[in-house]
Amino acid sequence: MSGFTLPSISLLSQSILSGIFVGALYGLMGLGLSLSWGLLRLINLAHFAFAFLAAYLCYQMATMGMDPLLTLAVIVPLFFALGAGLHWVMARFAVTPFNSLLLTFGLTGIAESVIQSIWTADFRKLESHYGEQKFKLAGLYIPVPELITLAVAIALAFAVWGVLRYTDLGRALRAAAQDGPVAAAFGVNEKALGLLLAGTCAALASIAGVCLALSFTLTPSQMYAWVGVVFAAVMLGGLGSALGPLVAGMLIGVSEAVTMAVTAPSWAPIVSFTLLIVILLFRPGKSA
Amino acid sequence: MKTQNLNGIGRRTAVGAIALAAAGFALAQQPSGQPIRIGSTLALTGPLSATAQIHKLVGEIYVEQLNKRGGLLGRPVEWVVKDDQSKPDLARTLYEQLVTADKVDLLMGPYATGAILSAMGVAQRYNKVLVHHTLGIPSLAKYDMQFPAWSIGSDPATTVPNTLFDALAASPKPPKTVAVVTSKFPSIQFMSAGAREVLKKRGLTEVLFLEWDFGNRDFGPIANRVKDAKPDFVWVGAIGLEGNLLLDAMKKIDYAPPQHFYLYPAPGPLLASPDAKNALSATIFEAQPPFTSNFGAAEFVKLYTERAAKAGFSDTSVETQAAASYTAWQILEAGVVNTKSLDDKAIGTWLKANKVDTLQGKLRFDGTGNFGDDLMRIKQIQGGKWVVVWPKEVTSGGAKLIAP
Repeated sequence: MSGFTLPSISLLSQSILSGIFVGALYGLMGLGLSLSWGLLRLINLAHFAFAFLAAYLCYQMATMGMDPLLTLAVIVPLFFALGAGLHWVMARFAVTPFNSLLLTFGLTGIAESVIQSIWTADFRKLESHYGEQKFKLAGLYIPVPELITLAVAIALAFAVWGVLRYTDLGRALRAAAQDGPVAAAFGVNEKALGLLLAGTCAALASIAGVCLALSFTLTPSQMYAWVGVVFAAVMLGGLGSALGPLVAGMLIGVSEAVTMAVTAPSWAPIVSFTLLIVILLFRPGKSA
Repeated sequence: MKTQNLNGIGRRTAVGAIALAAAGFALAQQPSGQPIRIGSTLALTGPLSATAQIHKLVGEIYVEQLNKRGGLLGRPVEWVVKDDQSKPDLARTLYEQLVTADKVDLLMGPYATGAILSAMGVAQRYNKVLVHHTLGIPSLAKYDMQFPAWSIGSDPATTVPNTLFDALAASPKPPKTVAVVTSKFPSIQFMSAGAREVLKKRGLTEVLFLEWDFGNRDFGPIANRVKDAKPDFVWVGAIGLEGNLLLDAMKKIDYAPPQHFYLYPAPGPLLASPDAKNALSATIFEAQPPFTSNFGAAEFVKLYTERAAKAGFSDTSVETQAAASYTAWQILEAGVVNTKSLDDKAIGTWLKANKVDTLQGKLRFDGTGNFGDDLMRIKQIQGGKWVVVWPKEVTSGGAKLIAP
């Protein structure tokens, strides 16, 4: 029974849908990380800490009676400021990409301890009216929190893609990432753009955190469980890409879910990471 | 006119004498001298800290009670507890410190199997007695002077599933098909493997077997698989909140398992879940008769409930963790009191040769790995509370397993 089993159509369809939903969250968490890594050249592990801090803040405000989605009005500006502040520190001390990895890893550990000291290591579950809602479509169950996450992930990915591609701000960001000094020579204020982008990345992480709190049970140490798969989505989707992490996240999510439907849940990470290695090895333009 | 008794002593004199004697007795009960130091670690921080807080509270209550009734060997008891941060390797270092630097008189075990095994290695190196709370894999207990307080027997992978399937067989609707879904957490996985063997031997059909890694994020696909397999009964090899997470995922696809068992759930949260109706689990102690008649149980249940509420615990009931923890202290006290010494060898020898009266009943330590009887009972959520439903002799008020 533990080996390969042929799944029923309903099991397979429901699993694919589950994979799309969880993949959307991978993509949403990966969006800010991808922009930070690709455009700011900073590997920001604190991105996960921001997401979890936001998730816990959302949980806290929701338990005080606030609608979880309304908490975004407080959380997004707060995390924008946090992200911009962190970037200011890193820019002030000229932190290299590798050192940014170490620094933000340390910050993640501190954030985990802070979360644990405030909310303890116990599991926390955000109870909201969204959590209870679901509907059935063509025999498939669609939970509302996951649907919200999917909608938010798609909307944000396209919004960021649009900004990067069609606005002066986006062009300036891409130019600064490609060649900072030359972009500066053309009047691009690299420092201000860096602060804006870092703040945006942290704000995106906080939105992902709120979506996480809507669908998942929270515990501080869980933040590390997301690192591998979100990094895979970012690398697969392309650094600095807005749509790439979402597409890659969904691909990973669906492959994991189908694996779990036909074999065992413990095989899922093996399949998704094998997929990552294969695609990185054989995708066109890998040498670029 | 003064009243005189037969010996001619006045009433006031007699009352005064009794009062003096009582005061003298009370003074004699006050522990004095150098404190006896008992050292241990607990996972006060890290992922296991939520459960370790239970053990910390129990230890504090026990030491307080112990000192009130005169300490050990007439000396006060001091508990030296260090934070192993939920890390077995750190637990090993800290137990070394407790023995060599802190020079504690006695050791008490930490919480969780990994840390217990680390502490056991140190205890063995220094020939110290180690009483421990909740070692989940008895076959790993190789040290002669380690004593388990969690009475799961030496072969729980066979005995616990057998107790469960006995209970189900005696229910109005015995299952014929079973889904076994389980965490790969070490002390869970081998129990689930045992359950698979047991159900096969009993002629039941296994329609699904699935494993997930500890820390699994997404229980949706597992819920889908269980629903698709249409089992009569689901064995959930879950630890902590994994059972709740699976139930949440099942609810999202409008599925409720007909009958379901959770191995080591977080009992409070599972009880609070509306989806866990009629869920089964295993226990060594519940705060209900006849368990509350066991040695020290009634007083401890009252104290623990009060103190846990004061400490802000979400679940204030005494069940397996708190009971095993209290039992560990009872075992250590019995060893010291009966040998009238702090000599580890003497205490170990006495414990192996005698039964100890505890919260869980009389425990013996003469089986394989010093484990005695399997005292795991089956409980079920009925009417918003955990009720022991099997075996019959430990049920209260005619409670029976409900099989919808």
